[in-house]
Amino acid sequence: MPETTIDVDTAPAPAAAEETLVEESLVEEVSIDGMCGVY
Amino acid sequence: MTTAVSSAEVAFDPAGPWRRARSVALRPEPFGALVYHFGNRKLSFLKSKTLVAVVEALADHPSATATLAACGVSEAQRPAYEKALADLARSQMIEPNPEGTP
Amino acid sequence: MTALLPPRPAAPERPVGGRLIDQFEYGLDAPICLTWELTYACNLACAHCLSSSGRRDPRELSTAEAEAVIDELQRMQVFYVNVGGGEPTVRPDFWHLLDYAIGHDVGVKFSTNGIKLDKTRAAQLARTDYVDVQISLDGATAEVNDRVRGTGSYATAVRALENLAEAGMKDFKVSVVVTRENAGQLDEFKALTDSFGAQLRITRLRPSGRGADVWDELHPTMAQQKDLYQWLLANGDGVLTGDSFFHLSAFGEALPGLNLCGAGRVVCLIDPVGDVYACPFAIHENFLAGNVRDEGGFQRVWQSSELFADLRNPQTGGACTKCAHFDACRGGCMAAKFFTGLPLDGPDPECVQGYGETALAARDLELVTPRSHIDHSHSGPVRGQPTLLGIPSIPSKICDESPLAGLDLR
Repeated sequence: MPETTIDVDTAPAPAAAEETLVEESLVEEVSIDGMCGVY
Repeated sequence: MTTAVSSAEVAFDPAGPWRRARSVALRPEPFGALVYHFGNRKLSFLKSKTLVAVVEALADHPSATATLAACGVSEAQRPAYEKALADLARSQMIEPNPEGTP
Repeated sequence: MTALLPPRPAAPERPVGGRLIDQFEYGLDAPICLTWELTYACNLACAHCLSSSGRRDPRELSTAEAEAVIDELQRMQVFYVNVGGGEPTVRPDFWHLLDYAIGHDVGVKFSTNGIKLDKTRAAQLARTDYVDVQISLDGATAEVNDRVRGTGSYATAVRALENLAEAGMKDFKVSVVVTRENAGQLDEFKALTDSFGAQLRITRLRPSGRGADVWDELHPTMAQQKDLYQWLLANGDGVLTGDSFFHLSAFGEALPGLNLCGAGRVVCLIDPVGDVYACPFAIHENFLAGNVRDEGGFQRVWQSSELFADLRNPQTGGACTKCAHFDACRGGCMAAKFFTGLPLDGPDPECVQGYGETALAARDLELVTPRSHIDHSHSGPVRGQPTLLGIPSIPSKICDESPLAGLDLR
């Protein structure tokens, strides 16, 4: 699922929350213009 | 949106002193925090409360590495956190701390 | 609230980690940014106006009340507010409120038809930080533009663009609503905005406000939607969209942006009388969450209103969730579905898979589509009014403004 991340890893196997997060990117960048419902 | 390299980008060196950038606002959210740079209009999401704590504590430690340790980031998690800090450096959300002690 | 939204589970569980948009579906402590319409007054009478603007509302927020809203936004750490209207610059206190917001850590982007952006104001804006300007334009030529926005409106916009460029303004935007009539002008729009050193922003026409009256003849055809999608993939770098074309993501590769309806979750609207709606395209009592003049102000509405709680409770059922493309398009635009009389848990009227057309055809022939009772349109003919609906145009004077009842907002 393409998102506005710099790079994103595949979804991790179920695990404790912190360890789960380690396998994903911890930072996601979005555009302030990139959300619907705004002029 | 694009992840274009900005001319003011500084390569992330975890051994150096860092701090949250001055024109950046950080707002905690249930899942982490929202970070907005008033200068370059970039918006980033921090997806972990620990990462939020790290970003907030950067200026209090002589290096990013020391900050990670102080915030309880394990060895196994360190690469992910260093990558996150590198991402934040690239979008100028964190900057080298000129007042940092070597 | 009326039984409007599809049934949802009682107490949503926010997931841990996962995708950002999954988190956003459950809502945030404060909007990321929001739209704030400062006045319903406007010097124009655009055929498709999403807020049915024209005449000032006598109950509009006073300067002091507007400052109080900005104070709240600062406390809530809302980083950015998108100011519009009507035409926001016809409020005499507009420039004061602009400075007030910036001075209170709230960045401002304002949307304007350019009527007040003379050389002096352009120079002022160019030296002011934390403010963005967006000039509305719906045709790359006066012929196409003025049919929808009125005679002289193209010239007014271009003059504003010239003034901004000459003053050295950075990053200003031209905002275009894509219609059947201008969908073939995308390259020309890009060239035009490039020539001023501006950034192009294209957004989706919704059947909202007066847009409902012209939707059938103005919304892009399926073929045009496909071309638009291809154009965005090929040329989208540097072209903004306000995430308004996420319904097109069902064609294939997702477009940049959250690809998510932000209504009541990451964005909302504050209207000129302080009413808070889920979205600027949903100015209708069914999407009214509260009013900033109520006890607890804007924060209470954002954090505790029943409507927003419902919207932050993602639906799990409905026809769309069974479609293979649901993950890409998320069922499309809530406002577009509502104002075309379609169920909110079904397809978008412009569903690129064609399910929307089927749903529209299946509507009861007797159906009267929902209309908002909130209408501030000019009551009589306006100089230079749009000719789209076949009403002859009264010649306009370049600097004409609508007659505003002597207003003193202080």
